[in-house]
Amino acid sequence: MPQMNMVQAINDALRLEMKRDDRVVVLGEDVGKVGGVFRVTAGLYDEFGEDRVIDTPLSEGGIIGTAIGMALYGLLPIPEIQFGDFIFPAYDQIVSELAKFRYRSGGEYPSKLVIRTPVGGGIRGGHYHSQSPESQFIHVAGLKVVCPTNPYDAKGLLLASIRDPDPVLFFEPKRIYRAAKGEVPEGDYTVPLSKAAVVRPGKHLTVVTWGAMLYEALDAANQAAQKGIEAEVIDLRTLWPLDIDTIVESVKKTGRVVVVHEAPKTCGLGSEVVALINEKCFLHLEAPPARVCGFDTPFPYTLEMEYLPLAHRILPQLVTTAQF
Amino acid sequence: MSATNPTQETKSTNAGSAAEPKSNGGTAVQPTQRGALPGVIHEPIRVIRDDGSLDPAWDPKLSDAQMVALYEQMVRTRIIDERLVTLQRQGRIGFHIGSLGEEATILGSAAACRPQDWIWPCYREFGALLMRGMPLQAYVDNMFGNANDPVKGRQMPDHYSGKPYKFGSVSSPIGTQITQAVGFGWAAKMRKDDLVTLVYFGEGATSSNEFHNGANFAGVFKTPTVFLCRNNGWAISVPAHKQSGSQTFADKAVAYGIHGVRCDGNDLLAVYAATRQAVERAARGEGATLVESLTYRLSGHSTSDDPKAYRKDTEVDAWKSKDPNVRFRAFLDKRGLYDDKRQTTLEEQTAAELADCVKAAEAAPLPSLESMFDDVYAELPWHLREQRAELLAGPRAKGHGH
Ligand SMILES: Cc1ncc(C[n+]2csc(CCOP(=O)(O)OP(=O)(O)O)c2C)c(N)n1
Ligand SMILES: [Mg+2]
Repeated sequence: MPQMNMVQAINDALRLEMKRDDRVVVLGEDVGKVGGVFRVTAGLYDEFGEDRVIDTPLSEGGIIGTAIGMALYGLLPIPEIQFGDFIFPAYDQIVSELAKFRYRSGGEYPSKLVIRTPVGGGIRGGHYHSQSPESQFIHVAGLKVVCPTNPYDAKGLLLASIRDPDPVLFFEPKRIYRAAKGEVPEGDYTVPLSKAAVVRPGKHLTVVTWGAMLYEALDAANQAAQKGIEAEVIDLRTLWPLDIDTIVESVKKTGRVVVVHEAPKTCGLGSEVVALINEKCFLHLEAPPARVCGFDTPFPYTLEMEYLPLAHRILPQLVTTAQF
Repeated sequence: MSATNPTQETKSTNAGSAAEPKSNGGTAVQPTQRGALPGVIHEPIRVIRDDGSLDPAWDPKLSDAQMVALYEQMVRTRIIDERLVTLQRQGRIGFHIGSLGEEATILGSAAACRPQDWIWPCYREFGALLMRGMPLQAYVDNMFGNANDPVKGRQMPDHYSGKPYKFGSVSSPIGTQITQAVGFGWAAKMRKDDLVTLVYFGEGATSSNEFHNGANFAGVFKTPTVFLCRNNGWAISVPAHKQSGSQTFADKAVAYGIHGVRCDGNDLLAVYAATRQAVERAARGEGATLVESLTYRLSGHSTSDDPKAYRKDTEVDAWKSKDPNVRFRAFLDKRGLYDDKRQTTLEEQTAAELADCVKAAEAAPLPSLESMFDDVYAELPWHLREQRAELLAGPRAKGHGH
């Protein structure tokens, strides 16, 4: 099996689906000739031509609005937003239109688009090249949000997202674009949406996380193991609708949970995870559910490694929760 | 059609279209209730002729001293730019986005503003900020994001803020400054203050929502705004012709009922003259102007970009031969206003000054941990007090200076 990084795996999925399904078009800023600023669409322009791999004018609202129109006509556009931080000029189209098209037309029209965008910090990107805006989309009924952590999942989840009937925001954690490597099967396969992965089994507490912070949580869990604490680490993979069964099953076993995410703490997806755990398995809890998150400030530049919930911040919380 | 004399062109609000019947296509454009449409000057204004003489119709009549001073700003900007790229390559700063090749566009337009006028930057205008008086040390501190950085190390390099110099604050999202500049000038107009805002953006940004909103509001409310579109040929890897179906970017002015003008963006005096006319017109209450300054981004988009992946060396070389600094130096030489010795001294002085600033910036401490929580709100709410205490009490990140 070929070794790939996340960039290559996503590129592979796009190529495969473009070959398989001629309705697929890719559009966005710099996605064509140069293959995207992170090179995720590299080579597609040469292979499929400028009608299917389109360099657009610099307008996210234009990209998403026209992509919605193409989808209504019957194409399968996969727009790229260059950085998740720049998705907001398209927020109206996503929130008011994409998320509601099927519902508001009584099921007449589909609501379908896969919007790919890199997210997350730790790359010296400051306020506007670092954010993790997942909860701002999860809060909108009708949108699915996916966030892979390794090349195998990236390819399989992207193919599943494209074939899913609902609109999907496909968030690519850019800090691990090239750092996360692994074997990726050639050819077609999917990883089902709304299925979490238990990445590390453990009996003392549950860690729920996603994106680039998975590797920090694993690092902290391995350090905790040296203190005799075995953490079970769950990678959500699909952030919404999330895999509630896997979370509940794990928390029923461990009775303790820590949620780790790099988005700001307040109203982050962690809040919802904790609320769900309280609703569904409160009587199994042995410790207050805890969150280790980005702080409620804009994403800083120089202090970004102090802002992010890296292993050094996760570990003490694992110990506290395990020993509570 | 040739460029019109600025004094003739600005005699009344309607003069642009009256004097230039063809500028709106010469056809079906109907005057609105506001009167005849302002005109667009399509033929790029050029002031410095090949023989070193100046086009009298547009000569901004700067003194020799003013011209030399402006040239020296261009040279300084270039030297700083090149050194910052080196620092980035050495891993000493994280990022730089510069103005290589666009010095005449940026400095010529900024210089055409009056002292009371405000500048709303895009992200390539550090030369204008320094010319407006920000100390080089402050700019370099921003490049390092240290404790002395005016924006407290919160933003990426080249995301400066310069309120003391009547200069806005850089934001990465494209186009956002355009409407803000319109509103700022509009407020000044409401208060009957005599000031104009000059807002910079690239030709790529003309595709943004905010360009439309800004130009439209400026047209409706006749705000004192100069829209300075740096048409540098590229928006990262996307060529200018893919941004718009309009013949020129200045043409867009017609639809919004504002004035439009193109200038040779590598001719310092042409940029100055075009901007100056726009500033004066705005100050007289005659509304906004879209200036399309035709220039070229000689470097990559930023230090993160390799332009060889999408454009030909031959194109770059053709523009190198139109280097605005070289052109202006040749003009000064023809008038006996400058020489190599002065230039060498200036370059050495700038490099030495920069080296000192870099040394000081590298020796400066990082921003304090506490500072991360300041300015989110005017006063720290309970949850940020808690989070700040948690950060201070907790372990430090690996490799962190604190
Ligand atoms: C809303 C938004 N979308 C995308 C980007 C990424 N981006 C940064 S600069 C740039 C190109 C800008 O081109 P142009 O407006 O011509 O300015 P130039 O860089 O050429 O000066 C892009 C796409 C961004 N910063 N903001
Ligand atoms: Mg440009």
